[in-house]
Amino acid sequence: MLLAKIVGTVVATRKDPRLVSTKLMVVRGIDPRGKVEGNYLVAVDTVDAGVGETVLVVSGSSARMASGMKDCPVDAAIVGIIDDIEMNE
Amino acid sequence: MQLARVIGDVVVTRKDENLTGLKLLVVQPLTPERQPAGRPLVAVDSVGAGVGEEVFFVRGKEASFPFYPAEPPVDAGIVGIVDHWDLEGE
Repeated sequence: MLLAKIVGTVVATRKDPRLVSTKLMVVRGIDPRGKVEGNYLVAVDTVDAGVGETVLVVSGSSARMASGMKDCPVDAAIVGIIDDIEMNE
Repeated sequence: MQLARVIGDVVVTRKDENLTGLKLLVVQPLTPERQPAGRPLVAVDSVGAGVGEEVFFVRGKEASFPFYPAEPPVDAGIVGIVDHWDLEGE
């Protein structure tokens, strides 16, 4: 799973019927120390996250196993809001 | 599967209900020479691994198989703790 920060929201009127009433967010990967880096992704939010929060993003076919996403055409889903990352290297 | 070192753990209170009770760890993929190979990622643990250990993990939907019949939404999972590895002929 990716560590990511929510940097925006996506509004889409015309979309696949199975995406109706889903919440789409723009997220960007972060490293475990919180530095924002890497690619932007559109992810479906399943945990009521908001802009600015650090979240856990599951990608690929596993995204369909997120709550309420069965058989939906998604490949990235926000499945957790991160409280803390404890690093020990 | 890929070799990696566990370098941290992740605390997540608000999460998908199927993630409840699972341990999430930050892993850094490694080359066989123990150099970092790519970005760290979060993997679910099914073998009791801890910070500092060398492990191997699987990517993709297969990461949820150790929890069958539950289907947690995970795309990376630690499936073994490495005792040691040897390279021959290089």
